[in-house]
Amino acid sequence: MPVEAAAARVVYKRPESLANVANHYCPGCGHGIIHKLLAQCIDELGIRETTILVAPVGCSVLAYNYLRVDGCEAAHGRAPAVATGIKRVRPDRVVIAYQGDGDLLAIGTAETIHAANRGEKITVVFVNNAIYGMTGGQMAPTSLQAQKTKTTPYGRNPNDVGFPIRAGELLNALEAPAFIERCAVNSVKNVLRTKRALMKGLRNQMEGKGYSFIEILSMCPTGWGLEPRDAASWIDSDMIPYYPLGNIRDK
Amino acid sequence: METVGNGKPVLMKGNEAIAEAAIIAGCRHYFGYPITPQNELPAYMALRLPKVGGTFIQAESEIAAINMVFGASAAGARVMTSSSSPGISLKMEGISYLSGAELPAVVVNVMRGGPGLGNIAGAQGDYFQAVKGGGHGDYRCIVLAPSSVQELADLTVKAFDLADRYRMVVILLGDGFIGQMSEPIVLPKPSGEIFDKSAWTLTGATGRDTHTIASMRLNPEDALEKLNLRLQAKYHDVAAAETLWEERETADADFLLAGFGLSARICRSTVSTLRREGIKAGLFRPVTLWPFPAAALSKAAKGKKKLLVVEMNAGQMVEDVRLALGSTVPVDFLGTMGGITPEVDAIVERIRTYAG
Repeated sequence: MPVEAAAARVVYKRPESLANVANHYCPGCGHGIIHKLLAQCIDELGIRETTILVAPVGCSVLAYNYLRVDGCEAAHGRAPAVATGIKRVRPDRVVIAYQGDGDLLAIGTAETIHAANRGEKITVVFVNNAIYGMTGGQMAPTSLQAQKTKTTPYGRNPNDVGFPIRAGELLNALEAPAFIERCAVNSVKNVLRTKRALMKGLRNQMEGKGYSFIEILSMCPTGWGLEPRDAASWIDSDMIPYYPLGNIRDK
Repeated sequence: METVGNGKPVLMKGNEAIAEAAIIAGCRHYFGYPITPQNELPAYMALRLPKVGGTFIQAESEIAAINMVFGASAAGARVMTSSSSPGISLKMEGISYLSGAELPAVVVNVMRGGPGLGNIAGAQGDYFQAVKGGGHGDYRCIVLAPSSVQELADLTVKAFDLADRYRMVVILLGDGFIGQMSEPIVLPKPSGEIFDKSAWTLTGATGRDTHTIASMRLNPEDALEKLNLRLQAKYHDVAAAETLWEERETADADFLLAGFGLSARICRSTVSTLRREGIKAGLFRPVTLWPFPAAALSKAAKGKKKLLVVEMNAGQMVEDVRLALGSTVPVDFLGTMGGITPEVDAIVERIRTYAG
């Protein structure tokens, strides 16, 4: 290979599917990484023109402005139901429901469980940052025991508000889901594993395999009151021990 | 497609007539949750839709059902859900979102007695909820009020066209009695009108810019006020073009009865009874409750001695009647609640007191 050509080879670039706009996410937030990973996957699978994204209520409410695919909003917690409606009308399209922890596991628990139980052929990307970011740092269903939030100022007390919910394990009690995996985006290694899980979840849908669920432990430095670097470490020290990473189901 | 009856009269239950008419109108996606007295409708859809290449889902909740409607509509399908009063309350969030996102959908409310769990008899207590909002924000739904099984079917076909024409939610506001009654009807034909949705539906951005469907407006250049102004302009157009009503023997009448749906039907019998007694009565029946036929009512009521509004509620449509008429004609009200239907004799008796 001529030296010039090798020098010009592009080894890294903004994915086609990621809009070239400034996003509204805080420094150190995991959403930006997850958006980029999704965009890379969509590019690599060649599905930008056949993907439909359902954005949640929460920090990622504007996801449809950042990913260059057809998209729509859903009322708080209703993304799996909206995605169901879209997928049943357009079964040949790739439908992604992108949701946060309050959306998926509190106000939208019924929609989450029943879309999974029907085995809807959709891919659910669940961003678990253990807090309500957009509304200013309230307790999420996934907030850890003793975690201080705006609505658990003395720390989350399981005797009072219950234990943090492990979504992947909960859904693993159902027959229909095809793929359930928990990942994180707090280190290079974990980011790469997350990308592999997203690829798998999207490929499953393209192959008509059924419901895929990828839970991603993600940083919320603002909500947690931590520096970005410390937030990444907190996932290792506090979240992963309670939310173990790895594949939960792969049918 | 082979249609039920093939243009000949068939005996159908109200709820089933709505379902078959929806299929005639091209509806192939239905999402709902069981609730009495509308259960024949989803059961009919569950039976029929798979045979015509459609999708029926019994959702996990009313809320999930209306949000499946949101998704299916966003993806470009003609889609319907149905329920009865308590279930419609749960759908209000979704109806507001559909309205904000300008998505067409047909929502059937086979009203029952309320408030709360109430009972399962027919009632008309959801007029305010359907006509005045019910969900949050400044939005309108087109509200159609059928008074017979034939009209349930005809207005169902019309509802889909209206929904697509204006990208609005159309509410078919029936009640448990009309939903449950069986009458011979001739099933309607589809209007044949074609609506091009390609400029906004979510189909995947193949060879075009991306489409986004959202009610949220945060950017100053695309401000929420602009969306609201456009919605209000659209509602103005709907009011100008789509107001429907029926008049019976109003021209020479001294007294007018006004009602919608089943109560209008009872009023129709009352008008005949009164006419036999030599009392000149007539009937004004709004078919669209929103837009309300205020101008037509005003015209019909001009010079009348009195107007009696009859409803199966505590007095809801009567407020719109009073708004339309002001002090030009005295307005009285007769209502029944809790799933009780008004008696012809009671209405006759009331009118007799006016006639002296």
